[in-house]
Amino acid sequence: MAPRLSLTGITKRYGDTLANDAIAFDVMPGEIVAVLGENGAGKSTLMKAIYGIVQPDAGQIAVDGRAVRVTSPAQARALGIAMVFQHFVLFESLTVAENVALGVAPAPLADVTARLRELEARYDLDVDPLQRVHDLSVGERQRMEIVRALMGAPRLLILDEPTSVLKPQAIERLFVTLERLAADGVSILFISHKLDEIRRLAQRCVVLRGGRVVATVDPRQASESELARLMIGADPPVIASHDSAPGAVALQVQGLDTTHAAERRHWLHELNLHVHAGEIIGIAGVSGNGQGALMAALAGEWLDVRGTIRLFDTDVTRAPPVRRRALGLRYVPEERLGHAAVTTLSLQDNAVLTRDELRARGIVNRGAAWRCAQALIERFDVKSTGPGAAAGSLSGGNLQKFIVGREIAAAPRVLLVNQPTWGVDVGAAAAIRNELIALRRAGCAIVVVSEDLDELYELADRLFVMSKGRLSPGVRPRDIDVQELGRWMSGLWPQTESVESAA
Amino acid sequence: MTSLTLPFMLVPRVAPSRAMTWLSPLLAIVLTLAAGALLFALMGQDPVQGLRTFLWEPLATRRGWSELALRATPLILCATGLALCFRANIWNIGAEGQLIAGAIAGGGVALLATATSTRAFVPAIIVAAAAGGAAWAAIVAWLRDRFHANEILVSLMLVYVAQLLLSWLVHGAWKDPDGYGFPQSRLFEPAARMPIVLAGTRLNLGFIVALASALLLWLMFARGAIGFQLKVAGLAPRAARYAGFSERRLAWFALLACGALAGIAGGVEVAGPVGQLTPTISPGYGFAAIIVTFVGRLHPLGIVLAAFVLAQFYIGGELAQSRLGLPSALSGVYQGLLLFFLLASDTLIMNRVVRRARLVVAQ
Repeated sequence: MAPRLSLTGITKRYGDTLANDAIAFDVMPGEIVAVLGENGAGKSTLMKAIYGIVQPDAGQIAVDGRAVRVTSPAQARALGIAMVFQHFVLFESLTVAENVALGVAPAPLADVTARLRELEARYDLDVDPLQRVHDLSVGERQRMEIVRALMGAPRLLILDEPTSVLKPQAIERLFVTLERLAADGVSILFISHKLDEIRRLAQRCVVLRGGRVVATVDPRQASESELARLMIGADPPVIASHDSAPGAVALQVQGLDTTHAAERRHWLHELNLHVHAGEIIGIAGVSGNGQGALMAALAGEWLDVRGTIRLFDTDVTRAPPVRRRALGLRYVPEERLGHAAVTTLSLQDNAVLTRDELRARGIVNRGAAWRCAQALIERFDVKSTGPGAAAGSLSGGNLQKFIVGREIAAAPRVLLVNQPTWGVDVGAAAAIRNELIALRRAGCAIVVVSEDLDELYELADRLFVMSKGRLSPGVRPRDIDVQELGRWMSGLWPQTESVESAA
Repeated sequence: MTSLTLPFMLVPRVAPSRAMTWLSPLLAIVLTLAAGALLFALMGQDPVQGLRTFLWEPLATRRGWSELALRATPLILCATGLALCFRANIWNIGAEGQLIAGAIAGGGVALLATATSTRAFVPAIIVAAAAGGAAWAAIVAWLRDRFHANEILVSLMLVYVAQLLLSWLVHGAWKDPDGYGFPQSRLFEPAARMPIVLAGTRLNLGFIVALASALLLWLMFARGAIGFQLKVAGLAPRAARYAGFSERRLAWFALLACGALAGIAGGVEVAGPVGQLTPTISPGYGFAAIIVTFVGRLHPLGIVLAAFVLAQFYIGGELAQSRLGLPSALSGVYQGLLLFFLLASDTLIMNRVVRRARLVVAQ
């Protein structure tokens, strides 16, 4: 039997970097192959080469034993290759069904919608075809991308970090789906840096490091630390342990309510929350359940809210972001590009964005901004060409280190972080988590919103769950297991007020 | 679902050349001249002689240069204001209307001057013109802020309102009683005319004000916090909200500042070379300034250079009419060609052309 996909000597060079160096491996029909590697290991470039987005400088691709030159995604799709991206290219103002219809062969919209509903129900993906894309959260967009990829009945499905935004139960369901697809003869290339998922799903795992295949292993036979060592070429970083008593209440939220907002997905229902100095609060939940609205309200991006928000002794419910920052509140939004940083501006300019002292009295202090960016690059080990580098030229992990560093270095007393390590490699993620723990030890009150439950278990002193704009009672991580937390994510938490003990 | 299929399609380039983004305006100018030469040939003129008249003659004398600078003055002023708006992603295309409103306000003050008035009228005219233009732009800002009205439509429509308002004034209340019934105001008194800065020419104080405004724009974006805020708001509105920059305040600022600058352009035009109010005080400076802004890459230095190019097209068009008997619409054609070639160059710098045949694969 000819391999579904056969790669030999795939090489791609970007300037001085060799993104792919003579990569070769096969994927058999119906086989699930995991591609493991840190950010920057060349996984994305390789997938883009297979999917026809970039042309390799050398090497051959064969599909079902036939040598092909894939020069465009359209051609890849014609060859039966579909891809679910980590970053999505969608028309914001169109509905899900309209977006999908644009990518497939001409068909009446009603047919597309019906097929979407069918796929969505079968794989439990929970996306309304009639919703507009700009109303979708990152998680919903990812689920939409999966449905879209399945529309063309592909023979090879490539998934780029697909689970980062799914509930534990949904991940399991996705895996069942993938296994069912594999049983039907569909080959699957699964990119991830989550070792447990790879062990759960794949029979074969190709480990990339520095653009080369460093090993091909059976993940069930290898230990997690072996895999991690193969992936980063060194022993994995250790997360500092932490235990200290929390201090006084730093951030106090009472009756926070936004049910007057035009869009239901921004609704928050009477939230109450106390965060103490020296405490990390973890908020779990599938994205799009109000976490973004909560963060926007706490950070001051959204001022039209009911209820009260108190920072220490000050009522800041109506205070704009600059005022809240002056009181020591700092915020790291989920979206790096276009929200936490301006893509086309330099790191120097992006330092000016939230460092209000760098543009005091109407003048931008460019010298100080340069030194500030330089200091952040050095302290947080941001790989870049210097403070003059455009934010968009950095890898996701390095830009995240810069952004988190920018807020941490401002010595916050309260820090809000939405998805601190989304799409960030293992080393950078550990560095960011250790910074958060150090900050907690220094007495900062921290709110972490994350969809990575391992991360929340690792960091949080108390866990909360958000579902449909409501906040669960707080619970200590050791008092709740992942399965129960997953049920809470569907809104099924005990309806007693007494569980919120730390109020 | 059907779609129009062209044999070519555009694919975004991974890394557009930075050098080319700056060379693009020059390329566009060269292509415009080439197309212009062809145009002369098609109209039965010697292309070399045509281009000579169009390009060289305006530059041959000191007086020619001063006329060029005079024409560039309102273009620089309007384009500076537009750059401010465009950087913040506010698509004010009604600088022409704001210019006319400034001309009305400045001209209204100028008409108050008498034979015994002092030079104090000059700053008063400039301030009044700025206020007039800003007031006109404030209508746009208010409608945008209050009703989310589209500033492109509102600012454009207000151009025609301003033109009719001016027409109504010079046909009525402000008509020169000794003007043999022509729809124009009386000539302004010397005290209400812009001082000449280059003896023997018509070049006046307005040019200095225009250069100062370009310098101010440069300072604002190089060092000013407000320039930084405008830039961020234009590039990434969510990042601006995150940083706490008020989108509403910035929109008001950009529109008022642009209105004031365009208004000054109108004021120095009527109190400068024109010397009275007429129904058509601007040959579309406010619209041509949009081209200047883009050819100048929203950068003050680029704007000044581009304003001279467009000014040359105006003068060249007039010379082509008087010397070669060609229609004066030629300058408009040149403007259009320039914008067309600039947009085409930019498109090809940002994208590459791929033959569709290579994309199609046997199913």
